Formats: sequence, structure tokens, C-alpha cells
Amino acid sequence: MMVMERKDIVVKFENVGKQYRLGVVGTGTLSHDLNRWFQTSVLRKEDPYLKVGESNDRTKKGLSDYVWALKDINFEVEKGDVLGIVGRNGAGKSTLLKLLSNVTVPTVGEIKIKGRIASLLEVGTGFHPELTGRENIFMNGSIMGMTKKEIKRKLDEIVDFAGVERYLDTPTKRYSSGMTVRLGFAIAAFLEPEILVVDEVLAVGDAEFQKKAIGKMQDVAKGEGRTVLFVSHNMASVKSLCNKGVILQNGTVAETGDIEYIVGRYLDSLSDESGVDLFDRKQREGTNDAKFVKIETISSGKASNTVVMGKDVKFRVEVESKCAFEDVDLYLGVYTGTGIQVLNSNIYYTTGVKGSLEKGLNVFESSFETFPLQRGVYYITLALYSSDKKLDRVERATSFHVEPDDIFGTGMIMKDDAGLFVLPNKMVKIK
Amino acid sequence: MKGDWTKVIKPKKGLWDVDLKSVWNYRDLLMMYVKRDVVVVYKQTILGPLWFLIQPVFTTIMYMFVFGGLAGISTDGIPHAVFYLAGILLWNYFTACFDASSNVFLNNQNVFGKVYFPRLVVPLSGLISNLLKLLIQLLLFVVVYLYYVCNGADLNVTPVILLFPYLVLLIAIFSMSWGLLVSSWTTKYRDLKLLVQFGIQLFMYATPVVYPLSSAEGVYKTVLLMNPLSPIFECFRFGVSGVGCFEFEMLIYPTLSALFFLLLSVVVFSKTERSFMDTI
Repeated sequence: MMVMERKDIVVKFENVGKQYRLGVVGTGTLSHDLNRWFQTSVLRKEDPYLKVGESNDRTKKGLSDYVWALKDINFEVEKGDVLGIVGRNGAGKSTLLKLLSNVTVPTVGEIKIKGRIASLLEVGTGFHPELTGRENIFMNGSIMGMTKKEIKRKLDEIVDFAGVERYLDTPTKRYSSGMTVRLGFAIAAFLEPEILVVDEVLAVGDAEFQKKAIGKMQDVAKGEGRTVLFVSHNMASVKSLCNKGVILQNGTVAETGDIEYIVGRYLDSLSDESGVDLFDRKQREGTNDAKFVKIETISSGKASNTVVMGKDVKFRVEVESKCAFEDVDLYLGVYTGTGIQVLNSNIYYTTGVKGSLEKGLNVFESSFETFPLQRGVYYITLALYSSDKKLDRVERATSFHVEPDDIFGTGMIMKDDAGLFVLPNKMVKIK
Repeated sequence: MKGDWTKVIKPKKGLWDVDLKSVWNYRDLLMMYVKRDVVVVYKQTILGPLWFLIQPVFTTIMYMFVFGGLAGISTDGIPHAVFYLAGILLWNYFTACFDASSNVFLNNQNVFGKVYFPRLVVPLSGLISNLLKLLIQLLLFVVVYLYYVCNGADLNVTPVILLFPYLVLLIAIFSMSWGLLVSSWTTKYRDLKLLVQFGIQLFMYATPVVYPLSSAEGVYKTVLLMNPLSPIFECFRFGVSGVGCFEFEMLIYPTLSALFFLLLSVVVFSKTERSFMDTI
């Protein structure tokens, strides 16, 4: 027998495409169906609606009723890989997961899978509120393809991981939402599939549970040699969990590679929008007699949404005012993804006097000589006051990403979890 | 190294590619669904499973009043309670199973949209859980039946009653296959759901539930016999009473049409289940 040295591929996408019809199903559906049937079955031609689809760019108004949510998807996943799938909203991530979970089928192409696959597009799928926790474990487990015997064997571990022992014989409608999520995740995590597909389910639950869940997924991948496909917007968890990545863009695979490279590229692609237009932003407070129209992040003199740790950073804010204002103060707050404010910059505290606004365009700049934040994604909230009147307030006006740097000049880069701030300091033996 | 994939997800499968093996693999889930159906309905009720019996009892009393008393429709000399109860039990089983399978996609779109398992599991579980209900109600029927026999009613059990399991199987097949066809087509076109809602009520009057087949003559009888359910009801009543127009040949037509609808519905259903999430 010939022994072949080759990679063990467990998931393979071959020219996969998925087409959706836009608009309301119903009007014209029957006529399209009849036309499609006539063309393919009677005339033996190609499906007339398969050709007309356009790529999935939400921002442009398309010409056709059909759109390709995914097109020409080709990639492979090796056994033991933890693949992070990143991309903006609408890039096709959810569609990809749906196809992978076999909830729907591709319009063209094939997905080949080796081994049992379990998908966590949602935790607690099929939980019935009237059933007890114990009954729901069996229900949910069997929906995921476990046999009764397997579930019985795993019951104690599941209950222990979820921490719901006292409530096991209480209907799940009496559970807190956190308990429901923990129980749902625990069932899926102990299912022991060869391939685990996880959507952003970790966005729920408290911090302690999120940590536990990430830890469990790492065990699944590293300790047990299984394969995980993980979709998330949270670059920190993608980075800490995955070893490889795929960027989806407008329904196609833009790039594949090691996770460090992929996250970097993804953040770069976001930073094309370093200047964010705030003029049309609907979610805002205040009288709006003067309003924020633009914010731009400038790192080391260059407009970019990626900021380097310890280097100089400027935030340029443009305000358009309907009339002149005195006694003006502008606040710029920097927040973490979890909503903790880490920095503040405003006119009064940093200069000692209040500012003013003229009719028309005004430009302000908040500058930091050495930017002290750890690597990660941060958000900026802007607020504008005149006397005590709130003129405008925009939450999450923009986001930026801090890239790590060797600020101590030692050739090493600090780990993510080494606090929120990085400030010049030294630790030496003095005695 | 090719060919050892455990699963290939692709756009079109053959017409007859129906995955019955995976339904068997998910038999534990099937039983969980049955258990859920039975347990959940009567949670937080005082009378609990007694509701299984209360409903047919009251329906029977009502039918005795309206059809037997006011309208005076013949029951072939069978005591009214026995006659109506026999019809109601079978008819309830039919509608309950039909409901369960005709709403499979609409009622389960949440679960179906998140995880894959053979969708046939859900309608099959409906058949089984309703069968349990039917068996409990059958005890009630036996009690009522014995009461009338002890009071000297002219009821003769015939060997035809041995066909009862087969009759239930036929009803199960009809209800499921019609239900599956409706559920498959309603994912795209909701018209059918509206049609079926009142259609099934009218259909009861086209089936000998509240009247015997013998009360119809000529063209009416021909029309009634086009309904494949008619001989089934007639057969059951003949089995328990020895009265009614029943011959064995009458079961040929229901058997053949049951097979036809079963094949058709499973094929249509398997085709629909693969991509209904896009259109529902």
C-alpha cells in the first residue's frame, strides 16, 4: 500500500456559490419558477436566473433581482486547524456558516466534509421553555446528533460546566438568560464533534463565562485535535483562538493565511475608512444646531485607523455650525469594545479656557504625543456643549485599532492581557 | 484519498435520493420529540392527560345531540355513542397528524434554520405521539362499547377488526403525506395554508364520520368512495358492529393511493427541506 504524505483536509469548499432572490417572495416567484422549469427541463438550457446575479455589494443599487451572497468560494481546512472567518457585516459570513451547517444548500459548487460536524449558530437551539433543564439537555443534544447514551455519559460534565445543578429539574422558562446560554454552550461543547462551527455566540454571557467558553474551545482545538471554524467581529478573540484565517469581502474570499496576517490585513482594509463621515449619522443626541460632520484618525502624520502603540496620534474633528456659539466645550472619549472609558480629551481641561464656534466649518484636533493604550480595538464618542446646552453627541463615531510595538526597546512585544495601558517604566533589582 | 468524505453538501441531488437511513440514525431525537409532544401539552394543567379523553367525550355528546337527535341521521342501528365515538377517534387521529405534518416548516423554522437533522423526524414524531393519544382514547371506546353490549345492544365483533392496526397505518400515511405536501408548498406559497385551514373542516363531511356510507346512494356513494378515507371508516365500524356496507375489495383503492401519496410526498419533502430556509 502506498503511503502518502499529505495534509489531512477535513473541510473543502469547491467553487461554492449561493444566490438569493431579493425583494418579496411571491410576486413573480411563480412566473420565474415556471420560466426556470421551462428553460431547464424542456429546452435543456441553463437556468436563466443563475447568470444574472451580481456580487453582493449592499451599498450599490443593483440591476437584478438576484444577488450572489457567496461566489467562487474555494478553501480548505486541515484537521486541527482553528480557522477564523472575518469580514464586515454582509460579507457573507453567516451564509457560509449556513451552508456549512447544511441548513440550506449552495446554488453551485460543493462542500465536502470529513467527520461529524456540529454548528453553534445559536446556543440552545430547540430548547422548549416548558421542559426542564435535564429534558432540554437530552432534547438539544439529540438535535445535534448525539445519542441518548452519549448524552447520559456526558450529563454530569455538561451540568457542571454550565453550573445549573440546582435548577436541573426546573423548566427552562424560569432560567435567567445567562443560564440558558451557558447550558446551551455546554451541550454543544461536550458533543465532541470532529468539526465545530461557532458563530458569535460568545457575545452573550458574562466575562467569566466568555473566558470559560474560549478556554473550552481552545481545549477542543489544541488538546483534542479537533477542527474549529469560528466567525467573529472581535479581533482579540479571533487572534487568541485561531491559527488560520479567511477574509470574506462582498461574498468572495479576499485572502487566506495565518491569523496574524489575516487580522492585520482585515484591519488595514477597515482603515481605508480612516476618515468617517458623520454628517448622515442618524443616531445622535442634542439640538444639532452644530453637529459633527467628520472624524479622522492620524497616526504618525498619516491618516489611518491603525495606531501604533507609544507613537503620536491625532484625532481631527470637524464641526459644522448653524450660528456662532461661545462657551463651547468638545469632549472626545476613548472606549474599549466593552464600553469602559479609558481616555478623555476636552477643550476646557486641557487648555484652561472654553472654546468657541463660528458659523460654518470648524476643525478641532486632539493630540497625544505618546499613545499609551494596549493593542486592541477602541471606539470614540464625541460630545459638543455650549454653556449647558447639548449641541451634539455621537456614540461610537469611529473605531481604531492599536498595533503593538516594542516600546521598551527590548525586541519583545507585551501580551494582550498585560493591562489596558502601556507606559514607559522599568523593573530592576535595586538591592 | 478521494471518496472518503463523510458528507458532501451540493446543490442538486437525484429525485429519489431520500435519506431514510439518517432518519434511523436520529431515532433518539424522534423519541425525544414524541416525549416532548406528549409531556408539554398538559404541563401546568390540573386534569393533565384526562384531556385526552374529555375532548372526544364532549364531541360525541354534541354529535349525538345535533346529528343523531336534531337531524336524525341514521347510524345503521348502531348505538349513537358507539357510532360517533368510533368516527371521532379516527377522524381526530387524522386531523392531528395532518396538522403536525402540514406545519412542519412554518412551526420549526427557528430550529431548522440553525441546525441540520433529517426534517422527516418531526412529522414522524407527530404520528407516534398522536398514536399514543389514540390508544388511550381507544380504552375509552372499549368501555363505552362494553357498556352498550351489557345493556343488550346488538353489536357483533367481526374478524375484520383484526385489520384495525392496518387501518390506523393507512390513516397515518394519508395524513402525513398530504400534510407533507402542504407543508412543502406553503414554504413558498402561503395560499395553500389558508385553503387547507377550512378545507379540512369541510373534508370531514365528505368522509363517513357522522353518517354511515349506507345512507348515501347512487352518485353520492360514488363520490364518497372516491375519498380514500371512506372505506377505512366504514371498515372500522363494520369490524366492531357487524353492520355496514363493507367488502375487502374496498381496501384496495386506499392502499394503492396511500402508497402513491407516500412516495410523492417524501420526494417533494426531501427536495424542499434542502433549501426551504431561503424561501420561507
